[in-house]
Amino acid sequence: MLEVNNLECIRGDRSLFAELSFSLNSGELLHLLGHNGSGKTTLLRTLCGLIKPSQGVVSWKGKNIRRQREEFAEEMQFIGHLNGIKADLTAVENLRILCRLDGQQVSDRKLWQVLGEMGLYGHEDLAVGVLSQGQKRRVTLARLLLNESPLWLLDEPFTALDKAAVDFLQTVIAKHVEDGGMVILTTHQDVALTTGEVKQLRLGWKKDGDV
Amino acid sequence: MFKAFYTVVMRDLLLAMRNRSDILTTLFFFIIAISLFPLGVGPELNTLREIAPGVFWVAALLASMLALERLFAIDYADGTLEQMLLTPQPATILVLAKVLAHWLITGVPLVLLSPLLGLQYDLSLEAIQVMMLTLLLGTPSLSLIGAIGAALTLGLRGGGVLVSLLVLPLYIPVLIFGAGAVEATVSGLGGAGHISMLGAIFLLSLVMAPLATVAALRVSAE
Repeated sequence: MLEVNNLECIRGDRSLFAELSFSLNSGELLHLLGHNGSGKTTLLRTLCGLIKPSQGVVSWKGKNIRRQREEFAEEMQFIGHLNGIKADLTAVENLRILCRLDGQQVSDRKLWQVLGEMGLYGHEDLAVGVLSQGQKRRVTLARLLLNESPLWLLDEPFTALDKAAVDFLQTVIAKHVEDGGMVILTTHQDVALTTGEVKQLRLGWKKDGDV
Repeated sequence: MFKAFYTVVMRDLLLAMRNRSDILTTLFFFIIAISLFPLGVGPELNTLREIAPGVFWVAALLASMLALERLFAIDYADGTLEQMLLTPQPATILVLAKVLAHWLITGVPLVLLSPLLGLQYDLSLEAIQVMMLTLLLGTPSLSLIGAIGAALTLGLRGGGVLVSLLVLPLYIPVLIFGAGAVEATVSGLGGAGHISMLGAIFLLSLVMAPLATVAALRVSAE
């Protein structure tokens, strides 16, 4: 489904990775590993189409993603370092806007229910700006429960989350993979799946234990 | 597609309502700039009537530029801009919606206030009408053209100065025809030609500016 062919990315005058090729199919999870600054975020942003690769092609269902932006966007969900929510809007308003722009019809009841599932019960109609970092992250991640895109690209999804939320998110990811979805994520934690395949891709030149 | 357009317009209006000081800054700048001239130049009515079109248009231009910085910068900083670029909606539609909301927040109040401020300059009813019409036609062009500059300078330090340098040369035709229309009407020549030119500039920027803005946003979002 997702194929990466001979990808190279140069930021400034540094080559972050070159001749990178891999593919990802339904029911697979790719765990990106690498030390700080090895290019994990850059790779994810290239895969979702925000960064234009210096060389090589990312293709989705056999077609270059840069030639089918809107079709690809419909089947892909990217969660980056930034939460992508407005501090002045409430959690419900934020989610409602994101869903509408994703072209989805979601009822308000569903939005409240999903925010409850994410452990934000009682905080649904507060301005997101007054929530804690972890709670903001939860609002962002609630999109994963609403969206039916097969491909998830998650950049450090577990940052700022408490242990219970990390466990919950792990089960959400595991279920998505089990249902035939695809996940690419960067994290420094171990990712456990009950079924499905976990692939690992290590970026950078440092060995384990190097600082 | 229309739904996405509507969603973004309503979102930006709601955000502006939650954060009213942003709107008021532009508006007060416009009021203050225009009100200071009669005090500085002196109460000679003939002089005031003569300089009024120029003063109004320069103030509108600067006020609109002052508001440009916020057009994309906040969305860029909190990551909502990159999320918008990754939605399955045509990016030009989203940009148009943002520009429309921006104009409703910063452009329309200027148009509505201009008759009141025109009284300070002893403008005739006819001159005030033409002034409102030119501002109504011209301020959307300012927002559209300004969006290109705002998108190009996203994430740069000192972006504000750079925006002015990039955008001002493109603003000048709007300024010339906007102020020219009022002067021509007052002097009895008729401002129809100037107003048609303003309309043409608006249509041209309506078609071209969103495309350029999207291209600039994609570069900035990298």
